[in-house]
This record gives sequence, C-alpha cells and structure tokens, in this order.
Amino acid sequence: MTHPLITLNDIFVSYGRHVALQSVSGQFACGSLTAVAGPNGSGKSTLLKAIAGVLHPTRGTIAFADNVRPSMAYLPQVAHLQRDFPLSVFDVVLTGFYPEAGEAGGLSKAQKQAASKALGEVGLGGFEKRQINALSGGELQRTLFARVIVQNANVILLDEPFSAVDAATTARLIQLLLKWHEEGRTIICVLHDLLLIKKYFPESMVLQGKCLGSGHTHQMFEQKLLSFDLDMAELVPPEDPLHHQTHRDHHGHNHDHGHHKHGPGDHA
Amino acid sequence: MNIVTHYLLSPYLDYGFMRRALLACIVLAISGAPLGFFMNQRRMALVSDAMSHAIFPGVAVAFLVSGLSVWSMTAGGLTAGILIALLSVFLSRYTQIKEDGVFTLLFLLSLTSGIVLLSLKGSNIDLLHMLFGDILAIDNDALLFIGIVAVLTLFVLAFIYRGLVLDCFDPDFLMAAASKRPIIRLVRPAFFVLFVINLVAAFQALGTLMALGLILLPSIAAQFWVRQVDRAIGFALGLAIFSSYAGLLLSYFTNTPSGPVVVLLCGTLCLGSVLVGKHGSCLSAIRKPL
Repeated sequence: MTHPLITLNDIFVSYGRHVALQSVSGQFACGSLTAVAGPNGSGKSTLLKAIAGVLHPTRGTIAFADNVRPSMAYLPQVAHLQRDFPLSVFDVVLTGFYPEAGEAGGLSKAQKQAASKALGEVGLGGFEKRQINALSGGELQRTLFARVIVQNANVILLDEPFSAVDAATTARLIQLLLKWHEEGRTIICVLHDLLLIKKYFPESMVLQGKCLGSGHTHQMFEQKLLSFDLDMAELVPPEDPLHHQTHRDHHGHNHDHGHHKHGPGDHA
Repeated sequence: MNIVTHYLLSPYLDYGFMRRALLACIVLAISGAPLGFFMNQRRMALVSDAMSHAIFPGVAVAFLVSGLSVWSMTAGGLTAGILIALLSVFLSRYTQIKEDGVFTLLFLLSLTSGIVLLSLKGSNIDLLHMLFGDILAIDNDALLFIGIVAVLTLFVLAFIYRGLVLDCFDPDFLMAAASKRPIIRLVRPAFFVLFVINLVAAFQALGTLMALGLILLPSIAAQFWVRQVDRAIGFALGLAIFSSYAGLLLSYFTNTPSGPVVVLLCGTLCLGSVLVGKHGSCLSAIRKPL
C-alpha cells in the first residue's frame, strides 16, 4: 500500500451500551478507491461516520497523514434524510458550502454558479427550484452527489450511494466516482453490490462488527471474504449470537435475505 | 362608533390590560413561531410537551423562595428544564426505558412535584396562576422579560439558522461539518436552551399547561398550507397573532378565561388545517386520485 492517508488504530465505536464496531484497524491509502462491505449491522455506516467525525471512537484513534485532517465530503444514506423537509434541490446543494461559509458567511456568485454546474454534471440541470419531496430516490441521490462535487474534498465518504437507484443512474454516478478517483481523491464507499465492488473498486474492507479483512479486492475474493457463492453465515463464528440469527434467517424468515446465496456484499 | 369598531377594536382601545395581553402574545408568537417550526420538523412535539411541564418544579421552588418574581421563576424554570432534559437523555441512553416512556414519566413527575411544592406555601389561586397563567394580569416585569427573550431568540436563531435546517434535513452531515468547525456542535444545545427560555416566557402568560400553545400549534397548522421554510414560519406567526387577537376579543365578549380561549382558537384553526389544508390534509387525501 502506498502512503496511508487515514489510519484506524484499534477503534471501538458504541451507541450507548451497544458496541457497533470493535477493534477495527486498517489503512486507506492516499488516492485509493475502497469498498466497505459486510452484512447488515456489521458497522459499515458506523465506520464511515467515525471517519467523517459524526461519531467518535470510544477507544482507539483515527490518524491522518501528517496529523492534518484532510477535507472530507460525506454522503449519508438517503434513508437517514428527512425527505419531507421543505427544501429545494438548489438549497440542498448549497448546504455543501456550510462547513466553510458557516452561519453568517454569505454565498458568493461563484459558489452559486458552482452549485448550478454541479447539478448539470449529475444531470439535474433545471431541477434547482424543485422541492426535494418531489424527487425520486435516484434524483435525490444525484442531488447529494452534486453536493459532494461542490465540496471539492480530498476524501469522499459515500454511504450506500447506489441503493434505490436504477441502473442508468448507477452508471452515471459510477462515472463520477471514477472521475474523482482519476483526480487523485481518496474514496471510501459502503456498498453491497459485489459486481460493482469487483469491477470498480481496487481495494476492499470487509466488516462484521470487527474487521474481517482488508486489502486488494481480488485478494478479498480469493480469501472468500467476498464471494458470489459464499453463505454469509460461514463468516460468523459459531459462538457469536449472530450465528444463530443468520442461520435462522437463511431458512426464509427474513425477506431481506432473498439474495443470501450471493454472499456478504448482498447483506451490507 | 360603528359595530365593527365596537367588536374589533374597542376592547383594545379602552383597556390597557387588553393591549398588554395582545402585545405579550404577539411578542411570544414572534419568537415562538420559528422555534415551533423546527421542533415540529424534528418530530419533537411530544418532547416539547414534556419540556413545557419540566420547568414547573423549578418555577415552584423559585416561588417558594421569592414569591411571584419573574426573574427568580425564570432562573428556576430554566434550571429545572435543563436538568430534566439531561435526565431524559441519560435514561433513554443508558436504561431500557423507551423514549416516550421517559417523557411520560418525567412529565408526570414534574407536574405533580410542582403542584405539591406550590401547595406547601401558595394558595389555590397561585396554583391556578401557575397552571393556566393570567394573561390579562401580565405585569411590566413579565412583559419586559418576554421582550428580552424574543430579541435574544431572533438574534441566536439568525446565527444558527443554517445549522438548524441541516439538523432537521441531514443531521449526520451537520455533525460531519462540526468536525471541521467545532462551534457547530453548539447548534443543538443553543436551540434547546432557546426553547426552554421561550417556554418560561410563555409560562408567564399562559401557565405551564398551555405555554406550548402559541409556539407549537401554529407551526403544526402551517405545514398543511405552505412548503417553504420561510413561508411556513411566516404563516405560523400570522396564525399565532390572529389567534391571539381574535381569542382575546372572544374571551372579552363571552367573559371566558383569556389564555384558554386564545389556545383553543389556535388549536381549532390547527385542527381545521389538518382537515382541509392544501397539503397532506384529510381533504387532499380524499381528492387525491387513486
């Protein structure tokens, strides 16, 4: 691995009494494009939030190269947004300037033009005044991508950016992702589509409460940590309470497991 | 004097206590409307209700110590509100009790402890004053306090407005932004303190049981008519002022208690909005093609 930009040193993250991540260590190289995979509740989003600074590790540290926190753009899960809040598409993109503009700073003409340009880049030119509650899932996701564009950050953190998005939109957003990668930005993306991981993400990290493995994606497949054939239940240690749950689910008690045989990525 | 002037203006022209009551309501509405909007958007109407009662034991203790002093009751109410909010966070996070259970428990404890504390020294009239307020008897100190609270609220809200919008729409993004500018972490506590101060101010006029009336009900109604943040706040403000003006007149001519009539009118208009409003009401659901 080249020069690490972000280093996780044995981090634990908890929600109250519930420990969501334990003893996770790993590195993200500068300019890398990494997929974070794992079953539901494995701590993928929690890891992203910890890196973004939304949550703080209860133990361990997250270190940055040269001890300087790089600029970060964080794209949360669409499901975590309040979609009926009365905001326009343009307003949402402008919130990307909030970390630098703050409370009292005005927005310049250049910033507004950048927001319009970003909307054009994601194919939402002309949607500026539309209310977000009138958008489809894919349009909202593209709006959030436009917000990431205007943030112009070195590190881009994406939490399930392709969920509830059709194939055409996914293709468009993947192109954007690859462009960012070419520009040398560091990208960490939580996703559950193994085909996308295998095709577009050179690095992977597999989580299940703790880090099961990380490195080159082809190695993750070789080690069966990512697999189109592997049953996720095989990854759970027998003494883990999840083991029982996963097996039970596998026998049809959970509709979410319709694609269970496809492996860990499908459960992320 | 024609009949319109007689019914719409004369009570305000003739009596100082009516003008003071209207002024108090208008100033309360000016600071309460934006707060109510954000509380409503954050799905915190139930929390607001619990908090409106949480200030009661603090006010009661202040009353026992220094009588009906606006400033000591404010200090008591603010202290109790913040302590109970912290307690609710602790109980929700570190025990198995559900959040709505926490608020029910603390709401009842606050209300009953306040009543018991008041009964140690005060009369039934004091108790009624605390529970239902007495908007027609609002004094200079209370009016001054409400005015100061409104100015402070508008000033702080202007400063944290963008953060509040983000906190409603995308709270994780707000917290991520806070890692770059730590002062952003103050948005939530600042909003909460403002809300409690406004409850104490509204308490002066409407008592602990109805303090929330002019803060939250207009905002609930507004979401059924308008879809933009600024317009929704403006609509809520207009509705609160209309309810105050018309409610005070109604109570004057029907010889009924002023505070309850103002809140009753506001609540009725809110219910009407839920039934026939432009967006998301019963009527719009019926009209919507299947």
